[in-house]
Amino acid sequence: MQPFRYSRPGDSREACAAGAQPGAAFIAGGTDLLPLLKEGARVATGLIDINGLPFADIRHEAAGAWIGALSRMSDAAADNRLRQDYPAIVEALLASASPQVRNLATIGGNLLQRTRCLYFRDTAVPCNKRRPGSGCPAWDGQNRGNAILGGSRSCIATHASDLAVALAALDARVVLQGRHRRRQIPLTEFHRLPGDTPDIETVLEPGELIIAVFVPATACSRHSTYLKLRDRASFEWALTSAAAAVELDGNRIRRAGIAVGGVATKPWRLPQVEAALAGARSEPATFRAAAELAGQEAEPRQRNAFKIELMKRAIIGALTKAGNLP
Amino acid sequence: MKNFIGQPVDRVDGPAKVRGKACYTADVHPPGLAYGVIVAAAIAKGHVVRLDTVAAEAVPGVISVIHHGNAPQLAYAPMEPRSMVDPKVGEALRIFQDDAVLFSGQPIALAVAEEPEQAAQAAALVRVTYAAEAANSDFARASQTARPPRQSAQPWSRPAELRRGDADAAFAAAPRRVDASYEQPAEFHCAIEPHGTIARWDHDHLTLWDKTQWVDHDRTAIAHVFGIPDDYVRVICPFVGGAFGSALRAWPHVAAAAMASLLVNRPVQLVPTRRQLFSAIGYRPQTVQRLRLGAGEDGRLTAVIHEVVAQTSVYEEYTEASIEPSAMLYAAPTLRADYRLAPMNVNTPCPMRAPGIVTGNLAVELAMDELAETCGLDPLKLRLRNYAESDAQKRLPWSSKSLRQCYAVGAERFGWSQRPATASGRRHGRWLIGYGMASALYPAHRAPASAHAELRADGTVAVTSAAGDMGPGTYTAMTQVAADALALPIAAVHFELGDSLLPSAPAHGGSMTMASVGSAVHAACQELRTKAQELDQRVRLPGDDRLAMQRAYAQLLARHRLDRLTAETEAKPGEEAERYSICAFGAVFAEVRIDPDLAELRVARLLGVYAAGRIINPKTARSQCIGGMVGGLGMALTEQGLWDDRLGRLMNASLADYLMPVNADLQSVEALFVPENDRHLGPLGVKGLAEIAVVGVAPAIVNAIYNATGRRIRSLPVTPDKILGLS
Amino acid sequence: MEPSAGGRCSVFSFRSCKRSPAMPNWSRRLFLLSSVSSTLLVAAAKRLGLVRGSAAEAPSTSAPEVQTAEIVLTVNGADHRLSVDLRTTLLDVLRDHLGLTGAKKGCDLGQCGACTVLAGGRPINSCLTFAVMQQGKTITTIEGLGEGLGEGLGEGGELHPVQEAFIRHDALQCGYCTPGQILSAVAFLNHEQEPTDDSIREWMSGTLCRCGAYPNIVEAVKDAARRVDGHAAVPL
Ligand SMILES: Cc1cc2nc3c(=O)[nH]c(=O)nc-3n(C[C@H](O)[C@H](O)[C@H](O)COP(=O)(O)OP(=O)(O)OC[C@H]3O[C@@H](n4cnc5c(N)ncnc54)[C@H](O)[C@@H]3O)c2cc1C
Ligand code: SF4
Ligand code: FES
Ligand code: FES
Repeated sequence: MQPFRYSRPGDSREACAAGAQPGAAFIAGGTDLLPLLKEGARVATGLIDINGLPFADIRHEAAGAWIGALSRMSDAAADNRLRQDYPAIVEALLASASPQVRNLATIGGNLLQRTRCLYFRDTAVPCNKRRPGSGCPAWDGQNRGNAILGGSRSCIATHASDLAVALAALDARVVLQGRHRRRQIPLTEFHRLPGDTPDIETVLEPGELIIAVFVPATACSRHSTYLKLRDRASFEWALTSAAAAVELDGNRIRRAGIAVGGVATKPWRLPQVEAALAGARSEPATFRAAAELAGQEAEPRQRNAFKIELMKRAIIGALTKAGNLP
Repeated sequence: MKNFIGQPVDRVDGPAKVRGKACYTADVHPPGLAYGVIVAAAIAKGHVVRLDTVAAEAVPGVISVIHHGNAPQLAYAPMEPRSMVDPKVGEALRIFQDDAVLFSGQPIALAVAEEPEQAAQAAALVRVTYAAEAANSDFARASQTARPPRQSAQPWSRPAELRRGDADAAFAAAPRRVDASYEQPAEFHCAIEPHGTIARWDHDHLTLWDKTQWVDHDRTAIAHVFGIPDDYVRVICPFVGGAFGSALRAWPHVAAAAMASLLVNRPVQLVPTRRQLFSAIGYRPQTVQRLRLGAGEDGRLTAVIHEVVAQTSVYEEYTEASIEPSAMLYAAPTLRADYRLAPMNVNTPCPMRAPGIVTGNLAVELAMDELAETCGLDPLKLRLRNYAESDAQKRLPWSSKSLRQCYAVGAERFGWSQRPATASGRRHGRWLIGYGMASALYPAHRAPASAHAELRADGTVAVTSAAGDMGPGTYTAMTQVAADALALPIAAVHFELGDSLLPSAPAHGGSMTMASVGSAVHAACQELRTKAQELDQRVRLPGDDRLAMQRAYAQLLARHRLDRLTAETEAKPGEEAERYSICAFGAVFAEVRIDPDLAELRVARLLGVYAAGRIINPKTARSQCIGGMVGGLGMALTEQGLWDDRLGRLMNASLADYLMPVNADLQSVEALFVPENDRHLGPLGVKGLAEIAVVGVAPAIVNAIYNATGRRIRSLPVTPDKILGLS
Repeated sequence: MEPSAGGRCSVFSFRSCKRSPAMPNWSRRLFLLSSVSSTLLVAAAKRLGLVRGSAAEAPSTSAPEVQTAEIVLTVNGADHRLSVDLRTTLLDVLRDHLGLTGAKKGCDLGQCGACTVLAGGRPINSCLTFAVMQQGKTITTIEGLGEGLGEGLGEGGELHPVQEAFIRHDALQCGYCTPGQILSAVAFLNHEQEPTDDSIREWMSGTLCRCGAYPNIVEAVKDAARRVDGHAAVPL
């Protein structure tokens, strides 16, 4: 790790100004940043500790929930109102990492965690995301964990956050504070596709902070769930996951929000699946037919084609649970 | 008075461990300590053309950057004969002695600095230019040209082939046949304690605090590296944070730490990073095994043909006993077993929990399940039908074999009779239920060992031996043995190990510590008791009251004005290995539950029943066996090394990407012991326990998966994609 | 030659940590067999300019580029004022500066849980946070649990009920993951009065145990739950 300066600003203006300096990085929980710095996959010359900023609250309003960017994953997971009104969020959080990591890690940092692609964290090998232009060894390499959706020839790394998948299904928005303005962006537009610049992952501007996530309270959000499939029973990122939120009208689905994880280069909404569900009966045949549509745009590589089928099944599984079917 | 041997005595080092006071290698902090961080090769084959250390040396606090360009040539005197833990053919990697790169991850430089952060920074700043050559790093390709191991006259060399009768003809004629290939990936020990070394020279004497399962070998090996007498080196290792075979050899980083300490003239700590550890030590080699079983209509085996191809490095031939299980497990009249090596540009593999045996056993037990189905027989019946009453390969009787009892007890406890008769025959809600079983065996060994026992003025005894304790409970078991031999309370026995100044002991591996060191401790304490008695024949020692005994010893010493009384004994194996085939046996049963829609799999129950001679401590023995089964579960379901064939580099070199089981992967796990007392391997009646517990677990689970789903999965680990039949 | 510095754990086995073993007299043996003499080597190394001056001769250079900080850490009830390289993790400060080696390093990347300590009563991976960021938090290490600060091992004060349960159920083998397991379990039982097997397994999954003590750990935590009476046994 290279040496860095350290500061702990007391307000967001100071933080944003410091964060805009070249080589600067915000640090919140540090659970993703420290490993990257230690392994040399990232270099920062200035760390701006944002834990002194007042963004750690979780507030509930009629319109929805404001989850402060600095609230810990464990605090959000233990929030009763979140559990009642947005179960997918709490389920995603509890299925993430470990209690120890969740006690340090923040909501904002979670959305910005870097990929788990095996090549990204090993500085001995090329990787376009880490070293632009160096190539993508995952393309023809150990890509079992990589994306089948949203990839490009430059990069097929998945976005690893579980939380982001739940938030995507719930129409969440990310609240950003920059040097000059505050703005809100739908979560689904916050992350960028890799295209030719896989190193640029979000729409954040230099020095811009995430200060909160807003989740609208809807009939859907109450009937939401998160299903995570992985190689071992706990303490692992998703091999494939699905978040489903459904609003039911009797045994008909009025509206559904479906997102998948572990399969795409960013938190991935599936509008075509949602469209197939809207107005249909809440029953296994509907789920199966809708889930079929999820794989349409998939572009698998040698070792990850199974994810197409696994993704469909995860969607069916999540729908079955959200729709309260046996 | 009850013996402690056989009692579930609490771990004597338990209080130290739960207080965080047990001292592992990296906890040692001699004054003036400097820190070393390795620079590892990024290519799999070629040469280092240039090593630019200017930026690294400019880092404040950096003392030295050592590499082949400036490192001293070390003696590397050959060890003759080679140690049982070193490969018999090839040469171990010589640290910083030339510019050749033989595998990705090979240490090529070492940055030494005042603080660990500085050393890490400097290591990251070393710029290396390579001349890369095409590496041999694709196992599938390498196994096409696999060759027999080169024969070697060294002791402990293993046969590359086993033959009895004409197996090929018998197989061709067999009415029932199985012919299948099984793939097992490389598996890594991943002890939670990283390997590491602290080296300190005092003039021309070297002290090493090193993570090792064998202080004596470590001492000798490093003395040979530096060309100094063995007794100029002292190795200390009182606690090992798990090793499973990975700490038997003296790895290159141990020599690197010693070299660095010599050059910077102060103590140096070298702990490879977790990523580096995957190539700094060894691993269980990747294998592909073709197994052919021929049987009569009744399931009686007529032929076994076993062909193993295993990975090794280009610089050493690491071989294993993988072909032995097919020769020993069942009573087949004919056998052909061949062992082949595929050398690759990888670091040399090394023993890992039941090396070779677990691998060969896996193939045999998976194939037996297939044969049972082919013959329409219950898998357990098939095994009983082929029960080996003697070791047909060695043509020796078993010293003892209670495998039948293991089967019976296990089947009864597990409820084997409830096994779904047909695949995917039982459901419970969304779960398909499957039962599977497998046999297990592990050859028992014993080696010469010495122990020293010293009775002190207060009637307590200090017993020492240069043994190791990586977790099975050597401290506790030896304390029990000594306490019984001297009729003392547990608290009056102080056992010490893990220091090469102590009486010599064999490797703490191969499940032989109890039989070897235990026998020495037993003998030394018995001798001590005799000596005490001989001080005054008129005194009747109250051997049935431990506290009184302690007082009696104290009085005896006081009366003779002695502040101590000592005995040292070497205990050696006899000719038992020529007269008997000595093995521990076991039967493993597994129940799995599989959601066929989501490919979710849970191992609901694991039961292992073992016949391993006398059990010194049922509490620690049970823990050891449960631990072995947890390891076997990892082997079955999650663990695999993933190399990039083009880069020749292991890509999942982290504990987040190389997946070992976590707590939530386990549900009910139980270990039982069939009473045995096998005096052939020594006075304690033990056969050794560590390795047997990992054997048979993976096949039992995979066989259960077949029973649940009807899907034969012949490549480990069984991940969700394979359960779905999608890869 | 007692190589352990004051306050650090002994390098000798737990029974004899106060012993100061004498160097045996084999140093008087002739150096006949040797093909490399260490004194020669050091001299050669200096000639080559390989060594930039050992500590004995030159103090380490002051480090303008390296940022250090004065920090105050509250560990096991005591405040410690330290000067550290900013890059130092909480784990390394505990181990290398405070001699609290009960916190173990297994991976240094948050992936094993061996470094688990409590911050404000909650378990965290001490390898995942810089020490400078933990000022003002109440840190508890395994040494601060129960009355664990006894001198030797097997001696010392009362054990915490979780520590006792770990011994009783043999929830450890090599013992390397054990401090992390115990602290994680203590924090769990501080907020979970009626743990189930599954909730224990899930919670404890953040701490890997390669020896595979998991089933015994579950039993130990269940047993301890019956004995810990719901009061926070750890400063929050
Ligand atoms: C072993 C392990 C297992 C894990 N398993 C999972 C898992 O299963 N599922 C899962 O979803 N995650 C998992 N994680 C990832 C974990 O959730 C993230 O590391 C964590 O959420 C990051 O939050 P942090 O506060 O620690 O971020 P930091 O490490 O502090 O920061 C991460 C990045 O975000 C930036 N940043 C942080 N906060 C802000 C902000 N408010 N505004 C702008 N930029 C900011 C930082 O500059 C940095 O670039 C795991 C992590 C570990 C170590
Ligand atoms: S997929 Fe992306 S992160 Fe992975 S190697 Fe390719 S460029 Fe790097
Ligand atoms: S050392 Fe911190 S989690 Fe492994
Ligand atoms: S007891 Fe060895 S790692 Fe847990």
